[in-house]
Amino acid sequence: MPWTDEELAAEVRAWLGNNWDATRKVKAESFGRSPYQPFLEQVLAAGWAVPSWPKEVGGLGLSSAQGRIIEREFAAVGAPGAGQDRHNLWANTALAHATPEFRDEIVPKLLTGAVGMCLLYSEPGAGSDLAAVRTRADLEGDQYRVNGQKVWTSGAAVADYGMLIARTDWDAPKHKGISFFFLPMKQPGIEVRPLRQITDEAHFNEVFITDALVPAANLLGPLNGGWGVLQTALAYERSVMGDGARGPRSGKAAPKGDGALVELAREAGVLEDPLLRQDIAQVTAWKILNRLNNARAKAELSRGTSSPIMSLGKLAMSRILHQEARLRTQMLGAESLLEGPDHPRAEDANFLSLNAYFTSIGGGTDQIQRNIIGERVLGLPKEPEIDREMPFREVKSG
Amino acid sequence: MTTRLSTEELEAFLDSLRRLLADRCTEADVRRVMEAGDGHDPDLWRHLSDMGVPGLLVDPAHGGLGAGPAVLERAMEELGASLCPSPILSCVLATALVDGLGDEAVAARLLPGIADGSTIPAVALTGPRAKWTADSVAVAASQRGNGWQLDGQAAFVLHAALADLLLVVARTDDGIALFEVSPDAAGLQITALPAFDRTLPLADIGFTGVEATRLSPAGDWWAKVEQALDMGRVALAGEQAGGARRVFEFTVDYARNRHQFGRAIGSFQAIKHMSADLLLESESAISAARHAAQSLADGADDAAQSISLAAFACADAYQRVTADSIQMHGGIAFTWVHPAHLYLRRARADAQLLGASAAMRERFIQQLGG
Repeated sequence: MPWTDEELAAEVRAWLGNNWDATRKVKAESFGRSPYQPFLEQVLAAGWAVPSWPKEVGGLGLSSAQGRIIEREFAAVGAPGAGQDRHNLWANTALAHATPEFRDEIVPKLLTGAVGMCLLYSEPGAGSDLAAVRTRADLEGDQYRVNGQKVWTSGAAVADYGMLIARTDWDAPKHKGISFFFLPMKQPGIEVRPLRQITDEAHFNEVFITDALVPAANLLGPLNGGWGVLQTALAYERSVMGDGARGPRSGKAAPKGDGALVELAREAGVLEDPLLRQDIAQVTAWKILNRLNNARAKAELSRGTSSPIMSLGKLAMSRILHQEARLRTQMLGAESLLEGPDHPRAEDANFLSLNAYFTSIGGGTDQIQRNIIGERVLGLPKEPEIDREMPFREVKSG
Repeated sequence: MTTRLSTEELEAFLDSLRRLLADRCTEADVRRVMEAGDGHDPDLWRHLSDMGVPGLLVDPAHGGLGAGPAVLERAMEELGASLCPSPILSCVLATALVDGLGDEAVAARLLPGIADGSTIPAVALTGPRAKWTADSVAVAASQRGNGWQLDGQAAFVLHAALADLLLVVARTDDGIALFEVSPDAAGLQITALPAFDRTLPLADIGFTGVEATRLSPAGDWWAKVEQALDMGRVALAGEQAGGARRVFEFTVDYARNRHQFGRAIGSFQAIKHMSADLLLESESAISAARHAAQSLADGADDAAQSISLAAFACADAYQRVTADSIQMHGGIAFTWVHPAHLYLRRARADAQLLGASAAMRERFIQQLGG
């Protein structure tokens, strides 16, 4: 007997009333196992975790619209665990591509936060050109031996598994010799080192893999079919990624809203500078335009027309972040020579100037993004790729 | 009064407008008007009038569609895309100035002719300094008997030579006021200017003891003039956004089809990256223009701020897209017969009308609290 929307909402509310205790809320870490594990097990058992999935994998076979109702009820009381059929990149990738045996073992753990996860994609020689990975996986009996180096890995130190792309055929062209694995992270062949960034922080790691082992059963998708699996995973990742931009880090109460740059200029005593006024107006306008573009894209999407604007957010944000940082620096003048907690304005301007590259390089550089817009949105032909059909072992690197 | 069009009605209206323009405002038509030099195509104007375009803002009580700024903006996108040579901007300014008076008798006398296209208005808003600000006004009004007379200079007046109705913003002892002048009045000297955008006829108007009717009541009327200018800026932003999008489309189309070195030139990153950047510019212009128009239609508190933003964002985007378009086309777009320069000319002209980008940015930062 299917629920009406109202019945479903009431059902979820009642369930949350019996099972969710808001006082249990903790400051959740972004990585590693979930502190809510026992509650998430209840959520999964009730079917709220992945309501649009079939019953045999923990779902209720509901429509995605009814799924949103469940998410809304969970969000209203701040409870975790709903909407994972839309957001849980790990579980969705495993559901789509794991063997039935491995899927039944791993998916419940992924949905209940019983395992911590990380991404083992990028390498020092394969960033924007991800299909150029050189980490290798060689079959030995019923397991693969893995050797190589990964980089830009968040949460590697506390992860139980990494989603790994590795080369399994060196004679095939670059996209056709890659396989996708769930690599166990807690084994001797895995060494995790924090990666110090230009901002002097370390949000990412390097992962050195030396003779690590992964059971052949942990292969997702066909052998040498890892590029296709990766596309599923990337699509889920993009759908949950924010713009990744962070605000100032000084902790000092900073002006907010569209007038923020005006206030900063006033504080710095340079608001009368006519050139600066033009630049403040321009950067503020870009911020507002980005907001208007996003709103228009959403509206067009909800009417069922795809919008070319969706692809523009990253370019727009990069420009805003770099220019805003430049403006803040300009406002401070020589004060920007300094850093540290006693100089919060300089700290912010300098941090933002460096961290702007997080957006203009991370997730594919702006230059790659322009290629993607040109090719996928505007239908311009691809640049000839000389390595596309070549056996990978002949492809130049370094 | 604003009549709310449903989404379907709006789409149907825009679709008819697009078809009319595709049929009667081709590049050849634009060039014909350009050669004639008066910036007007009476046949096209009659068809636009039949569709209600000149009266989009005019209250239905006075024969217009009363569709409001949001619909006006969308229509202007279409007119801009086809480089339509017409006195539409003057109609918008004149209607907004008359609406600002709140005087039913004046509205009933002036608006029906504008709405049905039979009256072409011209609006003299600025003097030779041409900043479209109160202190740029260089016409002085003085009382003569029961009436008024005007002396001084108005500059960059659109479609003045064709005008059946002349609205003049002039300085009085109690501030800026709005006057009506007959185009045949004695002492009026209209001098056509050689315009860089040959589809946009401009004139200087000299006033020497010209008899005028004061339309605005006692007191300074500049705030109302500024409101009319804002309506004009919304229309202009729509024209710029629509023009930018059209130029972007034909430029990317060229990049897909033009082959050099054995490849489509759009396969080169040098061209591909410019295309991606221009997509951001032209889509941002559309967002800015539509948001400004909707804010004005909704009477939003920050409507004027949104209009400032749209004014400079659309002006700059149109100029950048048209300029880069010529570069991306290469030699073919350096020729007179290619349409790219027609759009560049319009973009450069639109960027000056009703206040330049730098002035709009300054107004914007003041509205932000700076």
